[in-house]
Amino acid sequence: MTDSPAHLDVAHLDVAHLDVEAIRADFPVLARTVRNDKPLIYLDSGATSQKPRQVLDAEREFYERHNAAAHRGTHLLGEEATDVYEGARAKVAAFIGAEPGEVVFTKNATEAINLVAYTLSGVNGSGPVQVRAGDEILITEMEHHANLVPWQQFCQRTGATLRWLNVTAEGRLDLDRLDSMITERTKIVAVTHQSNVTGTVTPVAEIASAAHERGALVLVDAAQSVPHQPIDVAALGADFLAFSAHKMLGPYGIGVLFGRAELLEAMPPFLFGGSMIEMVRMEGSTFLPPPQRFEPGVPAVAEAAGLGAAVDYLTGLGMGNVAAHEESLTAHALDVLRDHPGVRILGPDTTKDRGGAVAFEVEGVHPHDVGQVLDELGIAVRTGHHCAWPLHRALGVQASTRATFYVYNTHAEVDELADGIRYAQRFFGVRS
Amino acid sequence: MQLESMYQEIILDHYRNPHHKGLRDPFDAEVHHVNPVCGDEITMRVSVKDVDGEPVIDDVSYDSLGCSISQASASVMSDLVTGKPVGQAMAISQAFLDLMQSKGAGVAAEPDDDVLEDAVAFAGVSKYPARIKCALLGWMAWKDATAQAMEVGQ
Repeated sequence: MTDSPAHLDVAHLDVAHLDVEAIRADFPVLARTVRNDKPLIYLDSGATSQKPRQVLDAEREFYERHNAAAHRGTHLLGEEATDVYEGARAKVAAFIGAEPGEVVFTKNATEAINLVAYTLSGVNGSGPVQVRAGDEILITEMEHHANLVPWQQFCQRTGATLRWLNVTAEGRLDLDRLDSMITERTKIVAVTHQSNVTGTVTPVAEIASAAHERGALVLVDAAQSVPHQPIDVAALGADFLAFSAHKMLGPYGIGVLFGRAELLEAMPPFLFGGSMIEMVRMEGSTFLPPPQRFEPGVPAVAEAAGLGAAVDYLTGLGMGNVAAHEESLTAHALDVLRDHPGVRILGPDTTKDRGGAVAFEVEGVHPHDVGQVLDELGIAVRTGHHCAWPLHRALGVQASTRATFYVYNTHAEVDELADGIRYAQRFFGVRS
Repeated sequence: MQLESMYQEIILDHYRNPHHKGLRDPFDAEVHHVNPVCGDEITMRVSVKDVDGEPVIDDVSYDSLGCSISQASASVMSDLVTGKPVGQAMAISQAFLDLMQSKGAGVAAEPDDDVLEDAVAFAGVSKYPARIKCALLGWMAWKDATAQAMEVGQ
């Protein structure tokens, strides 16, 4: 498979960007049947992705052959465990265009964002930015709660004011007032790269450029973009960037905070304990340089091994191909749902700057009920507000049904989704 | 398919034509409850009157947004408790909670429709754990509002 640029206008191309059948064979769970003995049609990768054998094997093999505490051992297994851990860090760094020292392993994207929000608010000492009462934090209405609630708390702690960019009816960021929303008092701009509801890919580079002109730092929530498109942190202009392994074919329990070297260097620790100290006396302690400074406790090496294997798997597919495959599925989904009576798609109606999350309303049928019917047909989607409650309010809906696509989904599954919606409409009597 | 066992006709009727819906005055207590997982919400008002020294549910009025199960359950609930002594209504509420937590056993065991009347239609919900909170949303709001209304009365 040759690599191809992302965001091609590739709707319904006969070219297969991925060998989906071969890929599906790598995912044991896809062989299951679910309700009513129906085969599993998994359209909820936005919540969590399924895992290929290669990732499961990497974790298992680590425990079976290399398990020891990393960064501690003077014995062979300890060395091997350290190599696995640091090897995974290097793989992740290369995957996003960063240096290994700029990659901090956390529990997940949510913890990564909390790490930045806590340390930059000064609770553990001063850092690269001083935030005073009346300073400003700029976020958006489009944010997942993980990149929203920590900033509310940040503002409560520091007395800063929380401001936000609005969302247009089309589900894009309203950038008309960007220049006036970023002021001399703006210290941090936190923005999603790709919405988990509307699929919208935001112009992070443009926003980062405006932020940097005013001396503000930029944090990017990349939980829904790193798994689905090629990422280069320098091209994005990100000062910080967060993502989770479990959304990119990797295990739960490990995520990544990218931070530019000079920023991490200037930041005090977030959590304290073993592994992150340089020297400990009863009277006080000193701390290691980054990234270890931000990795307390025995490292989660097995999870890192899994994440490393996930990065290998995705690199093998080619992220350009991954993006193109998803664009093809998304275009198909938009096509069948756009003209589907009683269905309203939330978010952009085009695959331009729009990824594979398709959230929709079905007139007269609540998302819970849509999801229940789809579940009976073996189709797994998500229903509710998808941890983006303000976004739903901004789009004028109480809740939605959401399908998300990934490397193992097929065009036939998109058709099954449309059929399932039709069935739900008939069941609830809103369609003949 | 098991869908029909959960979505009984009674439930769909109440969903399409909810009873007692709308916020009314006077009331003794008002609460606002939410299901954080899905965003379903309900605002509920309860008024309690004294009948021969005994507190009786006079009116239950509500405004809500939610799925067919949560809406229908609130509607059935309001039918069941209105006009009943508070103690009896609370007992019905407990019977319904027991049915919801029965993990499908309630369907086989034929719940007491003397106590639960139309609410027995929700027996199938107990087999779908994700929907139990939907069925309970209105009941929990009613219990909360009634408890507050009783405090006001004292």
